[in-house]
Amino acid sequence: MNEQLAFTIEVFANGLMAGVLYALVALGFVLIYKASGIFNYAQGVMALFAAMTLVGIQNGQVPFAHLINAIFGTDVHKFGWSVHSFVAIVLTVFVMIALAWAVQRFVFRHLVGQEPIILFMATIGLAYFLEGVADLMWGSELKALNVCSSDGTCLPQGMNMWLEGTTYEALGYGFFIDNLDIVASIVAVILVVGLVMFAQYTKQGRAMRAVADDHQAALSVGVSLNFIWILVWSLAGFVALVAGIMWGAKSGVQFSLSLIALKALPVLMLGGFTSIPGAIVGGLIIGVGEKLFEFLIGAPFLGGATENWFAYMLALLFLVFRPQGLFGEKIIERV
Amino acid sequence: MFYREAGDFSSTYAEDQQTFPIKFDRYRYYLVLFIAIVVVPFVINDYWVNSLLLPFLIYAIAAIGLNILVGYCGQVSLGTGGFMAVGAYTCYKFMTGVDIWWGGELLFRLPEFNIFFSVIMGGVMTAVVGVLFGLPSLRIKGFYLAVATLAAQFFLVWMFNRISWFYNYSASGQINAPERDIMGVLLTGPSVQPWAAYLFCLFFTITCAVIARNMTRGASGRKWMAIRDMDIAAEIIGVNPLKAKLTAFAVSSFFIGISGALFFSVYLGAVEVGEVFGIQKSFLVLFMIIIGGLGSIFGSFAGAAFLVLLPVALKVVGVDWLGWPTDIVAHLQLVIVGGLIIIFLIAEPHGIAQLWRVAKEKLRLWPFPH
Repeated sequence: MNEQLAFTIEVFANGLMAGVLYALVALGFVLIYKASGIFNYAQGVMALFAAMTLVGIQNGQVPFAHLINAIFGTDVHKFGWSVHSFVAIVLTVFVMIALAWAVQRFVFRHLVGQEPIILFMATIGLAYFLEGVADLMWGSELKALNVCSSDGTCLPQGMNMWLEGTTYEALGYGFFIDNLDIVASIVAVILVVGLVMFAQYTKQGRAMRAVADDHQAALSVGVSLNFIWILVWSLAGFVALVAGIMWGAKSGVQFSLSLIALKALPVLMLGGFTSIPGAIVGGLIIGVGEKLFEFLIGAPFLGGATENWFAYMLALLFLVFRPQGLFGEKIIERV
Repeated sequence: MFYREAGDFSSTYAEDQQTFPIKFDRYRYYLVLFIAIVVVPFVINDYWVNSLLLPFLIYAIAAIGLNILVGYCGQVSLGTGGFMAVGAYTCYKFMTGVDIWWGGELLFRLPEFNIFFSVIMGGVMTAVVGVLFGLPSLRIKGFYLAVATLAAQFFLVWMFNRISWFYNYSASGQINAPERDIMGVLLTGPSVQPWAAYLFCLFFTITCAVIARNMTRGASGRKWMAIRDMDIAAEIIGVNPLKAKLTAFAVSSFFIGISGALFFSVYLGAVEVGEVFGIQKSFLVLFMIIIGGLGSIFGSFAGAAFLVLLPVALKVVGVDWLGWPTDIVAHLQLVIVGGLIIIFLIAEPHGIAQLWRVAKEKLRLWPFPH
């Protein structure tokens, strides 16, 4: 088999995996946007916050330890226990629900009916706020994230030997694919199927879709907007936690985790803000596109690191021809 | 008692249409100008200039520029950092003489520009780039546009990082401002007198503010605002959206480019593009105009002053008085800035400028309640 072609296919496969992770973050955006018309820039920071909280709970850190020490002159850092991963994840989910409630109660309840762009800016403020709180709570240093089940198997790291061996025997070229990426893809698929089932077949899911369709009509048939919004933010928090675990296990929990939110934006633009399948397809296109572009054009001709901007440029060009994205609802404007 | 229009009669159209029709406002404006130009240069020292006044003046220009685009024309942009970088690198190239290469040979080299014209060229070039990235705004709206401007941000920063022509092939990849003067007074480089740098920036700030103020209350400003309020309706009553949006992008980028050029040449002196003109800078300037007031020139100044002062004040209180570690204060600053953004958007979406307007309204009636 042609070496160059095999290499390209490998890059393609890795791009697909990266795309799944982008899609995971983008999913959280779509959920909130559909139900409340808020474009939640803070989604990435929520992933960071969730991952930091998870690590903090696992390691038994005292929240706000640095601040407490600075104010009272004490020297506390840890409770001295470590919590099992599963329990820590459940606790983190509760923290994210509490966060969803707080965000709804203290921020967006007061901003109902404002211009979408004002809401967007409020979420940028929220992103800064959350990032500061997360750093104050758990400290800003790089943390390793290990999620293990009770029998001691952890999220796998490193490359998949089986895949490499098989492809080497069959094609004469071993494909290098991260184990973690494979797990992330499976988790993402389960998550998407779960969310779609939830939206289609449960009472809350139907209410959620009703709110997305028309706030006032939903209100008039007795759907509690407040509850639905908290529900949606909690779901987004849960998606953020999953994304945070995957990205955190891949590259450690640190500030740059929140920047993946920025990568999710072009994904959304490609897929359309209002479509869950769009988020997935957009993520895959961006993931594959930027890896292939970097491999075929960026690194040889443009001096590399084109991954920083390729996604945005692609989205920009794409939008000029189709302003509502691939799967978005057609924008109709009236005076 | 003293702030009112009663007894202030205009007898010509020019008087009626001046920027500050109320006498008190006008005298206050002259007083501020007088203090800024005549008094301040004699009393300042290095610390004041470098940690407060220069950043304030330069950010004020950037905020005015962004406010024209976001506040007046309603096109949200997250590319401010990238545009500032264009200003900075253009200024650098013109300061050191632009070299044009063709086929591996040096075709010719422009003479080194005076620092003043280098800064202006920074603005002009940024305006061109701004228009280029503004073209999609004719098709894309709202956050779609905001995200599209991110393309400008990341692409421009990448370009200045990778193409060595922009930093004159220096090994460090940085650009360093060489020493330049106007009529013997040093303006860039390490041994600049504080008052000279201050006056140079002040000149640009005042000029930009006056231009912006007059543009926004003239025909072009009204067109921008019509586009902002509802672009389709504006188009129907005869505003050309192509022209209005692109002029907004051009004027806004021009100011942002000037501020980027000054930021590099006068304030920092040496720039590494990813650090200085990253996405954080775009957000910082956006926050300035949200806190200061969207669609207000005064608001741009107020927001710039607020966000320049806040970190300094926090540092003084947190680190110097309370003795806290600097990282806690830095995190607290994030919390406070983020919280303030939310509070302002909830309580006063028009920012500090609106508070000022309300205060003036109260003053006008004082001491009577109605």
